[in-house]
Amino acid sequence: MKRRDLLKGLATLPILGAVGYGVYKKQELDMLSLKSKPEQITLKAYNPIVEKEVPQGKKLKIGIIGTGGRGRAILEGAGFISPEAIDDWKKGALENKNDTRYEEYLEQTDLNIELVAVCDVFDINAEKAIKAGANIYREGSDGKMGKAPVRYRTYQELLANDAIDAVIIATPDHWHGTITIAAAKAGKHVYCEKPMTWTVAETYEVVKAVKENNIAFQLGHQNRQNESYYKAKEAIEKGVLGKVNLIEVTTNRNSPNGAWVYDIHPEANEKTIDWKQFIGPAPDHEFSLERFFRWRCWWDYSTGLSGDLFTHDYDAMNQILKLGIPDSAISSGGIYYYKDGRTVPDVLTSVFEYPNKDLTLLYSASLASNKRRGRSIMGHDAYMEVGGNMKIYVDRGSTKYKEEIKSGKIDPKIPYFAYTPGQGQIDAITSPTQRYFASRGLLHSYHGGKRINTTHLHVKDWLNAIRTNSQPSCNVDRGFEEAITAHMGTIAYREKRKVFWDAEKQVIV
Amino acid sequence: MNTKTFSTPQLTGLVLLRVAIGWHFLYEGLIKIASPNWSSYGYLMDSKGFMGSFFHSLAAQDQILHFADLLNMWGLVAIGLSLVIGLFSRPAIIAGIILLAMYYVSHPAFLGLDYALPSEGSYFIINKTFIELLTLYVLFVFPTSKIIGLDRLIFRNSASE
Repeated sequence: MKRRDLLKGLATLPILGAVGYGVYKKQELDMLSLKSKPEQITLKAYNPIVEKEVPQGKKLKIGIIGTGGRGRAILEGAGFISPEAIDDWKKGALENKNDTRYEEYLEQTDLNIELVAVCDVFDINAEKAIKAGANIYREGSDGKMGKAPVRYRTYQELLANDAIDAVIIATPDHWHGTITIAAAKAGKHVYCEKPMTWTVAETYEVVKAVKENNIAFQLGHQNRQNESYYKAKEAIEKGVLGKVNLIEVTTNRNSPNGAWVYDIHPEANEKTIDWKQFIGPAPDHEFSLERFFRWRCWWDYSTGLSGDLFTHDYDAMNQILKLGIPDSAISSGGIYYYKDGRTVPDVLTSVFEYPNKDLTLLYSASLASNKRRGRSIMGHDAYMEVGGNMKIYVDRGSTKYKEEIKSGKIDPKIPYFAYTPGQGQIDAITSPTQRYFASRGLLHSYHGGKRINTTHLHVKDWLNAIRTNSQPSCNVDRGFEEAITAHMGTIAYREKRKVFWDAEKQVIV
Repeated sequence: MNTKTFSTPQLTGLVLLRVAIGWHFLYEGLIKIASPNWSSYGYLMDSKGFMGSFFHSLAAQDQILHFADLLNMWGLVAIGLSLVIGLFSRPAIIAGIILLAMYYVSHPAFLGLDYALPSEGSYFIINKTFIELLTLYVLFVFPTSKIIGLDRLIFRNSASE
């Protein structure tokens, strides 16, 4: 081989050294910025419910009281879905291979329960729930069906059945407390939709009934099962945000459905609805389809924005920061867009003070604007946005990260840390592209075709508590804090005054 | 292939171009391999235009996504390495063109398509991916690895001289 050939053949080889040097330097830089993090944030917290084994053997017998939209969603999480919905999903999967709802549902863990009883005051809803309860093979309307649950006309009759172990309560708000108390007294374990109560007085009675009868009580804040909340809690406990001083939570909706103006079922009438039982503890009113389907719009049955939507955010913050009941609350708002006869406000702002924790919790809601404001936890050194995903941005005025910001190791404009379910964690050594996607929340949607249904996990958490004679994550103590806080916000709005919590006497003043 | 038709400046230009593109591929590949949680998921999910749903479906399937990740990381490295040292450059150029074409159709520079990843310039149909692809085509028709590169040593019998 000629020397000239060899030289020309190998001429560009040294270039590799230069590229290699570049990669090496880049690695060094990344490691440096990783080391620069004071507490090396690797968040290990996870939701233990996801992997929890469901014991086989005797099936728990479940009843459901209230089978409207939310009741059906809980049944779906529990493993009972109407055959028609399965038909839809199957059809959807045929038309669009990205439609993985059916596949996901089949993958949902069998919770080893049986739906034996259904109670609803509206015939159509009751029938749908009965079909869902029988659809244990998850095959759709032409598939095999199991034994159908029994329909009960009143919740009292359902609770009188000794064979039933536990009940799901998904009635309108005005019934939550009354039925929970009755169920606890009948020795049934309870999964109750939020808010825990409709009036302040019954809040104490619910706690008493649950504790005296030693039942497992789960309040329906299924978002508790979001793994991002576990990560958020850990990050805050590790001091990543510095001193937290302001929390802002929001509701941003802008559709009739979002404003509780639900469709009225064509077959709904005085014959198919037991109106008297619907009214129950509420003030008497003549039959009204509007009030029946859109009950959330009237204080007579509802707890308004504070009870219906703020409670989800409150519970999330209570889970992450152990807030407890605030010292005081003020609220302001009005019926500014939906002038449809409703009595509950569609725009509301409430401010809750926690002087002992040196922080304010601000809730701001509109049912007529979609501007996304998210949920922010603001600290002196960093702020966090938390929902399905969790992102932490360093504050440019931070004391703790001052040096890193100055040297450019931390860029306050891109997430310092981001967590997305199903994805690895995003940190300093994650490529800028990845971090950019994370900051836009794009890494969410359907990673691996899987989305975990939080309601399913929340029901699983409850059943696990029943089987192990313990209390689930959103137990009655958390429920008490949730209900009292929400009531304080509501009272402040309705009575146009600042409301205080007397912690010693345990009363709202 | 007639190699004698290149003047020295022409040859220098072509080799520099080949090495530069190789460098780009190689560095992109190595950085992906070095980054522990790298995945093409976000990029695929951000796909828009006529092939959008195809790329989304790739991202939605764990095994396929894993394969796409490996193909990206090692494909980029292999193509880059090959271009830099001039080894098996012809198949590498073809592979590079295919890879770039995939990037292009997943994120075509069409009007009205807005991507999550910010762009430093303004593009209509022609973007930098497209230009890099065309450049690879030029390198394909004006090959240099048998003059400057390891292919010279491997194929020296068949090459002239």
